[in-house]
Amino acid sequence: MTKKKKLDKGSLITIIIAAALLIVTLVLENTINANSLLFTVIRKGAVYSLVAVSMNLLNGFTGLFSLGQAGFMLLGAYTYAILTIPTDIRDTIYYLYQGAGFRFSTVDFFKNIFGAEDTAGFVSMVLGVLIAIIAAGIVAAIFAFLIGLPVLRLKSDYLAIATLGFAEILRAIFQWDKLGKVTNGANALRGYPTFSDFNITDASGKIVFRLSSTIPLIIAGICIFVIILLINSSYGRAFKAIRDDEVSAEAMGISLEKHKSLSFCISSFFAGIGGALFAMFASTVQAKTFTSAMTYEIFLIVVIGGIGSVSGSCIASFLYIACSEWWLRFLDNTQYIGSFKVPLLRNGFRMVVFSVVIMIIVLFFRHGIMGNNEISDIFNRKKKKIDENGTEENKMHRRLTDNEK
Amino acid sequence: MEFVVSQILSGVSLGGQYALIAIGYTMVYGILRLINFAHGDLFMIAGIILVYASASLPLFISIPLMILLTVLLGFVIERAAYKPLRSAPRMSVMISAIGVSYLLQNLALYITGGQPKTYPRIPWISETITILGATTHIVTVVTPFLVIALVFALTMLINHTKIGIAMRAVAKDFETSRLMGVKINSVISVTFIIGSFLAAVGSVLYFTNYPTVIPMSGAMPGLKAFVAAVFGGIGSIPGAVIGAFIIGICETLIKGTDYSVFSDAFTFALLIVILVVKPTGIFGEKTTDKV
Repeated sequence: MTKKKKLDKGSLITIIIAAALLIVTLVLENTINANSLLFTVIRKGAVYSLVAVSMNLLNGFTGLFSLGQAGFMLLGAYTYAILTIPTDIRDTIYYLYQGAGFRFSTVDFFKNIFGAEDTAGFVSMVLGVLIAIIAAGIVAAIFAFLIGLPVLRLKSDYLAIATLGFAEILRAIFQWDKLGKVTNGANALRGYPTFSDFNITDASGKIVFRLSSTIPLIIAGICIFVIILLINSSYGRAFKAIRDDEVSAEAMGISLEKHKSLSFCISSFFAGIGGALFAMFASTVQAKTFTSAMTYEIFLIVVIGGIGSVSGSCIASFLYIACSEWWLRFLDNTQYIGSFKVPLLRNGFRMVVFSVVIMIIVLFFRHGIMGNNEISDIFNRKKKKIDENGTEENKMHRRLTDNEK
Repeated sequence: MEFVVSQILSGVSLGGQYALIAIGYTMVYGILRLINFAHGDLFMIAGIILVYASASLPLFISIPLMILLTVLLGFVIERAAYKPLRSAPRMSVMISAIGVSYLLQNLALYITGGQPKTYPRIPWISETITILGATTHIVTVVTPFLVIALVFALTMLINHTKIGIAMRAVAKDFETSRLMGVKINSVISVTFIIGSFLAAVGSVLYFTNYPTVIPMSGAMPGLKAFVAAVFGGIGSIPGAVIGAFIIGICETLIKGTDYSVFSDAFTFALLIVILVVKPTGIFGEKTTDKV
């Protein structure tokens, strides 16, 4: 098999767009006010796109309706935090439990090897963080494998409620005070490296080159790229076959058990990484953040972007975060047009408007922003015949899901 | 002894409150095959409506008003968010339910301004009483009887009235009952009205035991009531009631031990066990997949 697959025009353009956005972020970050909300949006948007894409892999491409994403993010976030908190501040963080029970920090481990000074210190920090992020993914994937054993046999809404249940159980376990030595019980973990630690500083601690918004984009970008490769591989085709019709897929020789478990583990692996990134974004980790409401939020992002579209999930995450954190902020404060006081505007109105918009999308634009097309499909449009009902594949998918009823 | 009695009493009471919510879930699931995620939030909204209504009206007016408004809201939710998706895939309806739940929570957050609202003290049922040496509120004793009475009335309605027959027909086969001239939409509306009514009654009993209502108050009881419905066999009313009592009692007993942090987790563990061992629940009918 030496045949090399040539990149089509659409994919090439998509890659160029992604690279351009990355460079723009890097430039903006180093030129304009670093406290701008724009950067909060970029960081949180990057984290959420990764989690949304990982959820889409499961819900949109494998047809497994899982609502456990927050649980796997929790695992990832805790693994990351526990592995990277510097050893010397552990006891102050775990003071309620008379000091930490777990005293290993990947960052310190590398600092002991390479030294903690300037460049060496930075390199050790980066290595420690990367190892911890990967560990976060692996822990989430292992749990996913174990949870998947009993749960993946269930169908549609039962699967949804069972995974939701597992996420709640995980949350309870992490808040259990008997594990306080490791998880700090219901209290927050903090002090680990965050995105702002990636800003390059000179000897006096002054920031010379900002990377804090570019790094999350790069990490999330790499992970999403891997997911896209997976979706386009033979495994990805098997996942789609399972989504479209389980019985036919099984008849074609696809092992349901193996592929469902694989998809569940991979999705959770990236959700775990997403959780680690979320921890870096939020700079504290607390189990009570990872509620079912968080899963719903991510699920709504997937729906807005289009179930079965990776680029849709990414676009929707940034739009969602930008609207909720930035563009709609004005709705929360009293506004005047001339001397006219606009009624209804006060704290919380933003989220009401926002949820009404979401309801409108859910009810009237069921296929979301992208349906199940990708950005590259838009540029390759000439090749595919697209009628008003969407692509052929799209129609087929809809017919099959209609039959399922 | 006193401790055990009071634990069991409050467990039974909690179970009764879950049962009232669970019936709403199980009836809607029986007919639409939809997990109505918004049901728990409707329950919370009922609590908040009473907080505001009782601030300006006496209780004997505000409670019926609250029930009326909750029922109306349940009806509107069905008409606005679920009816347009009648011919859509099942997943779309569930997404819509999640959307409604999100909307109701944000709406409650906006109205209350994020402040916990003090639940009005309802005379008589908030008073304390002593049974076998255990001190408890009258509501704890009243709840199980009220639940049994309501379930009895509901069973009569389903078994002996025209609308009840229609409901059973729709639950059995959606398409065929439509061909037989059953007005699907009105049957579904009645289902939501009954569900909302029971949730409204349940909210009075539930929130009396708690000092305040917050926008997230409905999420957990809602999920637990759903678990109760699944446990008892979704679609079956007696199943939902028995499931709810079991979950309520177990939860209260666990809350009394050192493992109180796991009281919520236990419910979900129970759910997973029952789904794996007997996915149709205790009283559920066995279904076969048609290929």
